[in-house]
Amino acid sequence: MGVITPTKPSTAAEAALSRALNDELADKGFVVAQLDKLITWARTGSMWGLTFGLACCGVEMIHCWMSRYDLDRFGFAPMPSPRAADVMIVAGTLTNKMAPALRKVYDQMAEPRYVISMGSCANGGGYYHYSYSVVRGCDRIVPVDVYVPGCPPTAEALLYGVLQLQKKVRRTGTLVR
Amino acid sequence: MSEALKELSDHIAQAQANVVTKAEIRLGELMLDTTPDNVIALLTYLRDDPKCLFKQLIDICGVDWPEREKRFDVVYNLLSVKNNQRIRVKLMTDETTPVPSAARVYSSAGWFERETYDLYGVWFSDHPDLRRILTDYGFEGHPLRKDFPLTGFVELRWDDVQKRVVYEPVKLAQEFRRFDFLSPWEGAPKVLPGDEKAQEAAAAPAPAPAKAN
Repeated sequence: MGVITPTKPSTAAEAALSRALNDELADKGFVVAQLDKLITWARTGSMWGLTFGLACCGVEMIHCWMSRYDLDRFGFAPMPSPRAADVMIVAGTLTNKMAPALRKVYDQMAEPRYVISMGSCANGGGYYHYSYSVVRGCDRIVPVDVYVPGCPPTAEALLYGVLQLQKKVRRTGTLVR
Repeated sequence: MSEALKELSDHIAQAQANVVTKAEIRLGELMLDTTPDNVIALLTYLRDDPKCLFKQLIDICGVDWPEREKRFDVVYNLLSVKNNQRIRVKLMTDETTPVPSAARVYSSAGWFERETYDLYGVWFSDHPDLRRILTDYGFEGHPLRKDFPLTGFVELRWDDVQKRVVYEPVKLAQEFRRFDFLSPWEGAPKVLPGDEKAQEAAAAPAPAPAKAN
């Protein structure tokens, strides 16, 4: 039950790496690492998510931070202010009236910034695709990094999306974006 | 309950005979028909009369009947907490005939009337602030009218050159798909693979159950 995994090194290779790192630290007193790797490591370990809950997906997003899945343990903390946030989770139906406000909030975020589009409505209009008042996908307004499908996606699916975003940051992470 | 409702209906019909054009009880609910000129008098009476005391306005909404000359219904739903009764008041109007605002009678009516105006285009006279309430700023048309197209007229996107959200005429990548009961997704008979004998079994009479000795 649950997704809790033990924090101890899971493979022999990781254990060996950990031991080697410890030995080097004890021997020399410092460790040498590549700066960009170190920075992406720090970035993925401390992503603050701007909670942009627009509809029912917002509730599922909140579940993600609750005790069962607990996004905080991935360093992914909820952040109500766009100025201190790294990731915006667009959770729910984006209407025409809301779209300029969404863009305004996105523009206030500091670089590097990422966007997770959560749920069918944010991905492409979803159930309201043919409506007169709904934006057909929030990627018409802001650039999106990760799409999480579902209506609404489970908290587990959003968690998977967050992990995918961390993987993306590790893979493409550069100092200047 | 229904006797109390009948009594109430008779009471109102008698007291407001020149204002109520029709009173009927259907599905256990009392409905009164009136006209735009008389609605304020009727609502005030329903609120203040000691046998009515409908002090709460639950909702004001509209109905569109495009084939009718007076195409709109405006519907007032009222609740009397004191007498544990609900009542519905209806009137007919069209695009140009204004309905007197109930905001003086019920303070909550203002926003309900704004909503009805926004979605149907019904005019309310003497309204303190008759603006749109739900649709986008600068929206044109009244979306709950039957002749309003489902996808509307404009859609928006972020323009990276102008650095702002721009409105454009609607361009749909895929035409709206209208489902009916003849479409292959819904209308076709459902035969599960390997279950072809199910219909034969249903057509043939069921075998008599074996008799126990």
